[in-house]
Amino acid sequence: MESAMTLTSNTLVYFVALPLLSSALLLLLGRRADRWGHVLATTVAGATFVFGLIELFAMVGRDEYSRAVHQKVFTWISVGSFQVDAALLLDQLSICFVLLITGVGTLIHIYSIAYMADDPDRRRFFAYLNLFIAAMLLLVLGDSFLNLYVGWEGVGLASYLLIGFWNKKAEYATAAKKAFVANRVGDLGLSIAIMIAFAVFGTVTFKGIEEQAESASQAAMVAIGLMLLLAAAGKSAQFPLQSWLGDAMAGPTPVSALIHAATMVTAGVYLIVRSNFIFDNAPTAQFVVVLVGAITLIFGALIGMAKDDIKKALAASTMSQIGYMVLAAGLGPIGYAFAIMHLLTHGFFKAGMFLGAGSVMHGMNDEVNMRRYGGLARYMPITMVTFGLGYLAIIGVPPFAGFYSKDKIIEAAFNLGGTKGIIFGSLTLLGAVITAFYMTRVFMMTFLGKKRWSDGAHPHESPFLMWAPMVLLAVGSVASGFLLYSGKRLEYWLKPVVDKHGHSHEEFLSHTTVTTLALSAVAIGVAIAIMKYRGDVPTTAPENVSPLTKAARRDLLQDDFNEAVLMRPGQALTKVLVATDEKVIDGAVRVVAGAAVGSARGLRTIQSGYVRNYALLILLGVAVLIAAVWVITA
Amino acid sequence: MTVFNTPSLEYGALLPILIVFIGAVIGVLVEAFVKPSMRRFVHSLLTPAILVVALFQVIANRDTVTTTAAIGSVVIDGPVIIAQGSLLLLSLLALLFLLDVDSFAPEASALPGSEEEKRAIAAGKQQTEIFPLMLFSVSGMMLFPAASDLITLFVALEVLSLPLYLMAGLSRRRRLFSQESALKYFLLGAYSSAFFIFGAAFLYGYAGSITFPEIRNAVIASAGNDVILLIGIIFVSVGLLFKVGAVPFHAWTPDVYQGAPTPITGFMAAATKVAAFLATLRIFYTVLDGAIWQWQPILTGVAIITMAFGSIVAISQRDVKRMLAYSSIAHAGFLLAGVVAFNKEGLESSLFYLFAYGVATLGAFGIVTLIRDGQGEVTDLNRWAGLGKKSPAMASLFALFLLAFAGIPLTSGFIGKFSIFSAAYQGGLQSVVIVGVLSSAIAAFFYIRVIVLMFFTDASDSSVSVTLPTRRSSIGVWSAAIVTVALGVLPTSTLAFITDLAIFAR
Repeated sequence: MESAMTLTSNTLVYFVALPLLSSALLLLLGRRADRWGHVLATTVAGATFVFGLIELFAMVGRDEYSRAVHQKVFTWISVGSFQVDAALLLDQLSICFVLLITGVGTLIHIYSIAYMADDPDRRRFFAYLNLFIAAMLLLVLGDSFLNLYVGWEGVGLASYLLIGFWNKKAEYATAAKKAFVANRVGDLGLSIAIMIAFAVFGTVTFKGIEEQAESASQAAMVAIGLMLLLAAAGKSAQFPLQSWLGDAMAGPTPVSALIHAATMVTAGVYLIVRSNFIFDNAPTAQFVVVLVGAITLIFGALIGMAKDDIKKALAASTMSQIGYMVLAAGLGPIGYAFAIMHLLTHGFFKAGMFLGAGSVMHGMNDEVNMRRYGGLARYMPITMVTFGLGYLAIIGVPPFAGFYSKDKIIEAAFNLGGTKGIIFGSLTLLGAVITAFYMTRVFMMTFLGKKRWSDGAHPHESPFLMWAPMVLLAVGSVASGFLLYSGKRLEYWLKPVVDKHGHSHEEFLSHTTVTTLALSAVAIGVAIAIMKYRGDVPTTAPENVSPLTKAARRDLLQDDFNEAVLMRPGQALTKVLVATDEKVIDGAVRVVAGAAVGSARGLRTIQSGYVRNYALLILLGVAVLIAAVWVITA
Repeated sequence: MTVFNTPSLEYGALLPILIVFIGAVIGVLVEAFVKPSMRRFVHSLLTPAILVVALFQVIANRDTVTTTAAIGSVVIDGPVIIAQGSLLLLSLLALLFLLDVDSFAPEASALPGSEEEKRAIAAGKQQTEIFPLMLFSVSGMMLFPAASDLITLFVALEVLSLPLYLMAGLSRRRRLFSQESALKYFLLGAYSSAFFIFGAAFLYGYAGSITFPEIRNAVIASAGNDVILLIGIIFVSVGLLFKVGAVPFHAWTPDVYQGAPTPITGFMAAATKVAAFLATLRIFYTVLDGAIWQWQPILTGVAIITMAFGSIVAISQRDVKRMLAYSSIAHAGFLLAGVVAFNKEGLESSLFYLFAYGVATLGAFGIVTLIRDGQGEVTDLNRWAGLGKKSPAMASLFALFLLAFAGIPLTSGFIGKFSIFSAAYQGGLQSVVIVGVLSSAIAAFFYIRVIVLMFFTDASDSSVSVTLPTRRSSIGVWSAAIVTVALGVLPTSTLAFITDLAIFAR
């Protein structure tokens, strides 16, 4: 391994500072900023994107081992041996995220100008969006787990605020709370991981831990790895903390596109890839990562098949696609680059499809039930085409983006070798079948077939500010996969960060075999869907369906599970604790307080107000002291 | 022919004390020669100027270490520098309140309620001797921790005490009450001074010398077991414990704190503690260290009783000044924990605690001067109910100071308590730490009760109004608040500074 040189920069801080300032300004100025708030926020988002591009070009211009730049902003904590700087690190991995966040972020800012035009609180919305951008950039730029944690909590906050943006509706506020609570469970994992890391390594910087990673004890590494996985599961809606994502669709659609499809939910994947030095040294934890990814990808896909709400179907699909990424990240050095590649391509096509869904809703009086769509292609041609390109990308039709990224993940899973390889490889293939099925279902129910909407709806194409971002994202859905894949561009780009030792892997199945298998899987899925949804679609969901469908409609009973296993026992425990607190602890406190007050009343009588008594008290004191000394020395 | 040798005085090292002393003398001349209408104005410029100049001289002296100043009567070392600096800063802060509010009698010689007094009030008179008196007291306080023999120590004690007795009796309102408290303070102070000088005589009798280094040698030689020495130690301790207000020598504290004009109470509570504790630390750490096995258990007992007594009795107080008085007794107990710790951490943490506590105390008493009705200050706690609604800023600041007294994190009080208890723990005095923490918990009860009263209780009919703080008072209160928070959030540099300097020179 060649010695990597890290340049220092003094401009990285603006990535975080600019959107943060703009957000603070919009929130503090209040109504005064209503007229121009969205313009400022969008300009700032655009500026960070341009800034990111400049950094990218500068980075490409340097040689492979001196591409990272580092900036110490200030000394954050300095307590004995615990030293943490607020410092930022921009390397090959983080620049991918910076560009994704700011690029997609800017497009979604533009889209939101039109989408939120009639909302009286549009300024506040943009303030939160900027807050999100700042926190997310801090998350990917932090040079230590603790800096990352600040961003991690920041995006959690922004996500909470945005899901509950229309908090006047009680159920939306509940959805926000649910997302918050599920995320807290994950956050707890992250904070425990940080504490273990500090206890074991004495530092929390990525660099410092990486240097000691190979000599650390296996148990510690596995513990840190599992805790990080818990964190990732919370943020990225992975099994068993997946239940919040569907409800999070309560937020405005641009939020779903930006936060709950393209960027924040992928933070868990970033965390795992960033912590590659931990997982590479903890095979047990790595295996659990693969397992969680595999379970979630099937779980999400199953839910996706049964949902009639277009946003919830897309959310289930997000969950499933992130399952792919997590699975890839769990495969180690052979998978990291593909996890990131799928993450980036997914960022384009899923954001594009969410914006498409938003565009459909915009034209359909905020109707989300796909059973009430149908035949919209004629009324919304641009939306149909952009959504369609995203659709082709996600199911993995060549040469669209998802084909390259998903194909490589399937291949890598098979290449695990042995029984494991066959099992996980088959699961990814099964996932591909189901994905093709439910996405075809969504596309057909929305854009094809007969119209099923009521007379009140007047579907129409969305305004320019809305469809322009959709077009740009569609371009990404088409081209990004090939661009990142050709010549192993992304693999070589990320190699200095995630694969320093240059792992080689043997091929279990040849590339051609896997491609053939994957394409057949897609074909099967599409074919089944076409057969099933070719004819009429009932406007209400049929009741005589299999138990599995029923369960899938109810998110595979995840909420029922959480309620039965966690919520009710938790509430019972709380009741017991409250009772204990009131009877036992408060009771003891009351007794002690009563005793203190009583003795206070007694003792204050010493204070008679007479000097002679005070003098006597002094004299007595002297006598006692003399007696005490006499006792001590005797 | 006898040759007259000029004694070596090391004026540079003594200069801060001399500046304040000379300033006080000039203050007296001002009283004598400046016409009455101008006196207050002149003092308002002169007194702060003297304090600031002295402060600059202290800063210039910061690296001075000498045991031979004034022919060996005075030691100037790191702890003295910190103490003098703290004293001057606290005095400047106290001066902001002293100058601002009309707390003092128009004419002290006029009988309360007499025609003469009414005429003096009508003429707008005000007793301005306060300012030179304060300077005299400050010079005594600055000398007290620096004294290196028993006579100097006693002189410094009296120089710092006598002006305080006078100032305590100069309240503008409830004058009889104020004079009564001053008389009590004087009588008991004289009584304890008698013990002190008696003890000094015993020590002299035992060691054959009044200088600290020679007393120390004599103590080490006997391993501390000598009746004369032990009586000397106890009697001298009584004088010191009286000044810091430790139980059972505390009885004057509530009465005097309540009776004295509030700005003087604040000054007394903050500055006297600094001087008296530093002198106590010097004597026990550098003079009587050979007899530690004799004095440590006794002082430990006193510390424990003081902490517990102050905290418990404070609960039943209905008057804010009395409550703060008992709180100051409890704090004297916490500070004694630093004395009995008998290690460098004990000294360091005491120095930090004294300054932090002094600032918060001045801030708290400063706010008390502003809570008034038609007749003047209102100190009845029941009438403070609902203050949070009437004057959120002042109530919040008062709450901040109370939280600092209680030792809640992010205030200076937490850092102070934490460091002093950890010093005591390292000194092997777990019992002190346990009682200290328990007392803090009890103390937190009555501090927080006041906060609840201010913010969560509805105002009664006999409500109080807050006089709008003038610029000086608000500067005083706010700067006390800023220091309290700053020392709580970022104590590192202050602690490091103290650690560097806190070494007694012998």
